Amino acid sequence: MPDLHPWELPRRYDVVVVGGGPAGMAAAVGACEGGAERVLMVDREHEAGGILQQCIHHGFGLHHFKEELTGPGYAQRYLEQVLEHDIDVLTDAYVLDVDASRSVSVLSGRYGRTSVDAGAVVLAMGARERTREAIRIPGTRPSGVMTAGFAQKLVNVAGYLPGKRVAILGSGDIGLIMARRLVLEGVEVVGVFELMPHANGLTRNVVQCLHDFDIPLHLSTTVVRIHGSERVEKVTVAPVDEALRPRMHEAWDVDCDTLLVSIGLIPDNELARTLGVRLDPVTTGPVVSSTMETSRDGIFACGNTVHIHDLVDWVSQESRLAGEGAGAYASGRRQAHDNVRLVPGTNVRSCVPHTITTEREHTVYLRVTQSLAPCTLRLGDVYERPLRYVVPGEMVTVKVRPRFLESFHGGALRVDVVPREEAGRE
Amino acid sequence: MSETSHYLCINCPLGCRLEVDADGDEVVEVRGNACKRGVEFARQEHSDPRRMVTTTVAIRGAPVARLPVATAEALPKDRVVDLCRALHQLRLEAPVAIGDVVLADALGTGVDVVATRSLERA
Repeated sequence: MPDLHPWELPRRYDVVVVGGGPAGMAAAVGACEGGAERVLMVDREHEAGGILQQCIHHGFGLHHFKEELTGPGYAQRYLEQVLEHDIDVLTDAYVLDVDASRSVSVLSGRYGRTSVDAGAVVLAMGARERTREAIRIPGTRPSGVMTAGFAQKLVNVAGYLPGKRVAILGSGDIGLIMARRLVLEGVEVVGVFELMPHANGLTRNVVQCLHDFDIPLHLSTTVVRIHGSERVEKVTVAPVDEALRPRMHEAWDVDCDTLLVSIGLIPDNELARTLGVRLDPVTTGPVVSSTMETSRDGIFACGNTVHIHDLVDWVSQESRLAGEGAGAYASGRRQAHDNVRLVPGTNVRSCVPHTITTEREHTVYLRVTQSLAPCTLRLGDVYERPLRYVVPGEMVTVKVRPRFLESFHGGALRVDVVPREEAGRE
Repeated sequence: MSETSHYLCINCPLGCRLEVDADGDEVVEVRGNACKRGVEFARQEHSDPRRMVTTTVAIRGAPVARLPVATAEALPKDRVVDLCRALHQLRLEAPVAIGDVVLADALGTGVDVVATRSLERA
């Protein structure tokens, strides 16, 4: 990392990016491409890269770099671009507050408490993991209960094992990947417990992470009690009925010294909240325009802060756009206002961005409520596209081109994903 | 005499359920695949299952305690745990550059293990 400004942080930047993960890095590069000359990226960790640094498995970059990389490999590629663009990277630093006039208050090991005026701000803080408290698992509060992502950081970066006998609650991809990681590092994984009747992660992770190592997956089963005074001694698990209520008379105890919870991510939107930007009640992230601008002028947002992604490639793409928007804003160039509002319709849980224009091409990211295969994606009655399959765990991306909307004159465009009539055809 | 086995394809997120008719190691027919990669996967998985391995190795003198590493190609599935055990014995010293071979010809399989990031000296 270059040794920037040894005595004092500059008072003014064109664009300040809060967060140096995949979203922040792409936004910072995008800001330069959008016309910003002075860009600052702030990250609380000792080095930029965010969650990628601990995601040592493959599966990153197939879309963006056209090759399959590990998380650290992807981070390194992107960080090189950040440095090529002469972006100031301030690590070991925390943004305490951003106000409506875009004064950014920073707490830093190097500069102490200081503030920076920004022409535009990009919120790229990512997400947090839901914890044991979020689902109120009864029992004692011993050590050894932690989120799967925190355990991942301990194992892959800090070099500590979280325990010797581990139970995992939640079969999302992070939980599955951690099951394999722990086995490969010599830890016994006694089982993965999943409340729903199906695994939440990708099938290929169930195969590669659980089947390959004979780790049992207990579907429709949840943890109902944690035992132990100093350290976890065991957990009680129980099957659940159709209404997801535990059947306590069928409960059993599982000996373990550690419980990892892998039960979902929530956008980190504390700054967005204090700024008073409008939030989407479904994604819980900010409502954003087609340039990823929030309801506050000059405040942009991108990545998991806006909505939870499953591919970093889309985070980079969306965040580049946010950065370009911020760069243009800081340079005094405003783009045409959006004139179409996207409305999630049948089997669509959320759409990002929330508004688009008929002037430019857009990538719209959406999540469905239910699995369907094959099916059709419809934009109002002006455009439809066949999809081979949709599942709730996988974001659907759709390019919306101006010509699709030539015959559209309304203000609100409904987005539906419906079963295809002639099933079985590719 | 052919026998039927079942595999889950791990090529893409679709995760097709493959039904494979095979005569010994010879795959005769594959059903349930949505694309031709499924057929290739079924053949490989039936006769010689392999996996890419990603894990970490202890490193000294770097800002972090572990260096992430990966096999340069897929390794026979039944050697994955052995490989990780062998890597536990390694102690590296920073600096390391992305792509550096940290273990050549791992377990005599011909597969190299390489660093998946660079780590400078702290």
